[in-house]
Amino acid sequence: MLEKAFSGDKRYWGWIFALLAVIGLGFIFYLRQYAEGLTITGLSRDVTWGFYIAQFTFLVGVAASAVMVVLPYYLHDYKQFAKITILGEFLAVSSVIMCMTFIFVDMGQPFRIINVFLYPSPSSPMFWDTVSLAGYLVLNALIAHVMLTSERQSIAPPKWIKPIIILSIPWAVSIHTVTAFLYCGLEARSFWMTAILAPRFLASAFSSGPALLILLCLLLRKFTKFDAGKEPVQKLAVIVTYAMSLNVFFILMEVFTVAYSSIPHHTAHFEYLFLGLDGHSALAPWMWVSSALAVLALILLLNPSTRRKEGILVFACLTVFASIWIDKGLGMVVAGFIPSPLGTVTEYTPTFPELMISAGVYGLGLLLVTGFYKIALSVRKELPT
Amino acid sequence: MSIDRRKFIRLSGLTALGLAGASAGNVLSDNAVDSTEAPQTHAPLVGKRWAMVIDIRKCMAAPDCNECSKACHYVHNVPDFDNPKDEIKWIWKETFHHAFHDEGHEHIEEAIKHAKLPVLCNHCDDPPCARVCPTGATWKREEDGIVMMDWHRCIGCRYCMAACPYGSRSFNWRDPRPHIKEVRSDFPARMRGVVEKCTLCDERLARGKLPACVEACKEGALTFGDLEDPNSEVRNLLREHFTIRRKPGLGTQPEIYYIV
Repeated sequence: MLEKAFSGDKRYWGWIFALLAVIGLGFIFYLRQYAEGLTITGLSRDVTWGFYIAQFTFLVGVAASAVMVVLPYYLHDYKQFAKITILGEFLAVSSVIMCMTFIFVDMGQPFRIINVFLYPSPSSPMFWDTVSLAGYLVLNALIAHVMLTSERQSIAPPKWIKPIIILSIPWAVSIHTVTAFLYCGLEARSFWMTAILAPRFLASAFSSGPALLILLCLLLRKFTKFDAGKEPVQKLAVIVTYAMSLNVFFILMEVFTVAYSSIPHHTAHFEYLFLGLDGHSALAPWMWVSSALAVLALILLLNPSTRRKEGILVFACLTVFASIWIDKGLGMVVAGFIPSPLGTVTEYTPTFPELMISAGVYGLGLLLVTGFYKIALSVRKELPT
Repeated sequence: MSIDRRKFIRLSGLTALGLAGASAGNVLSDNAVDSTEAPQTHAPLVGKRWAMVIDIRKCMAAPDCNECSKACHYVHNVPDFDNPKDEIKWIWKETFHHAFHDEGHEHIEEAIKHAKLPVLCNHCDDPPCARVCPTGATWKREEDGIVMMDWHRCIGCRYCMAACPYGSRSFNWRDPRPHIKEVRSDFPARMRGVVEKCTLCDERLARGKLPACVEACKEGALTFGDLEDPNSEVRNLLREHFTIRRKPGLGTQPEIYYIV
């Protein structure tokens, strides 16, 4: 089946080579980072995790969100998702690979990662995150492969795959829960130490992920012969609406608890994020944009008459995606480090090489999504209708 | 820990694989311990629970003193960077307000307000850094409570730095060697990409020496000893003075005590 990713028209190859160029550029910058060390990033003794880890966290959410098509289709036999489930699974596979790459580029000694397996440490959430992400990758790759092969041969999928599919549902929830545990178990960082973190992660994942899937479906309809259909897209839009409402609700829960109790080491991080602290407020404009986008998205999504208009839905999905990307991919990780446990404010701005390396990883993910979708759609095209 | 022959071979095979992954330069740069160093002549200092008592009053008497930090950073090949971004420090002086972030108030005694006191790894009884480490590269040594570091196992994920409530850990953002004024051959210099911190001079204790900072302190502000020994000097100080610890509410049980 793999060969199908290697045949396409001029536009397809143009896109592939553009992505390869971005990946190549990222790789060159990574070589520089490998030679000089992480000093070429904006990270410091006070802010030790930044853009890479934030992208990792955001993308774990995108990966987990595949469950939003898998669950209705396989568990509730919601036939409308028949065409797009495979797209969700391939998106998950690509996202997990991006997650792993982001972890790799963040390591000080990347080739020692093998130590995580040589000296397994069950007390570390990072160990469990590695286990759950690797497992999720295997599950989704296997499921996507088996389902697509069966489809190609026009036979029913083997019976043994069903329990594996069922297993992948709680597993999807687990990857983002364990990712939240990375943060919320740290007594040193009040900003993350909240039980709502895992639910927040899941809600933001289940809105941003399906929002991206809607955009991908509509892009495919525009550029290929594939049409996901009106009803599945609308159903996804409803999922995005519910999840985004929950996400905003959870954020407000957090804001109330922190603001009303007004314990200084809790409020300080929110002050830094939204108002600025000790004259430092680099993230504040971003956070206000994120909040405004979230409100706008909810208005457009909750109102059925706007949600049902495709043009507006596309806009709403972009808004959801941008709002959550800013929240998780910029604010969430960095704000945990500002102020530091000693109360000092050291700001963080990603450097150009850091952004180029990140672009390279995203390029890799897009290349994988493109290749996988090409295979899936080519297999479908060949089927007798 | 018992280990049979087969298991040993399997493990060493895997280790060899891991080593092959690390570049040869990395292996060499870590290999700084000079084998011609004089053999140890003193009996090692042995304790069941090492602890330190820091008398802030004595530090306040010498506000410009930085001997503890200088001595420590010299014997441990700690590089000196000019910028706070790449900075590495094991023991350094911090204002009372920063060291005891939750303590104090705006009308606190003037002298304390401006006091600078040494901070270092607290060698917690329940160290969050060791709990989160995915490779066991940092761990609490059971026999004496020192929170240790294995710079050869550390993958540089910096999870321990996120977990430490005291900001006691540093990361080698770049190759430290060019920034070490005088590289000592009796202690390993670190490589780029690993985390480091105070290990309470475990290497000196093994040779019967006190930690470098304690030895260097002219004011006698730092007292080192075994907390399990009721007659030790640290226990005497704790009995006779009111002492505080950094962020006791977190339950990490720091073993560095401060006399205010």
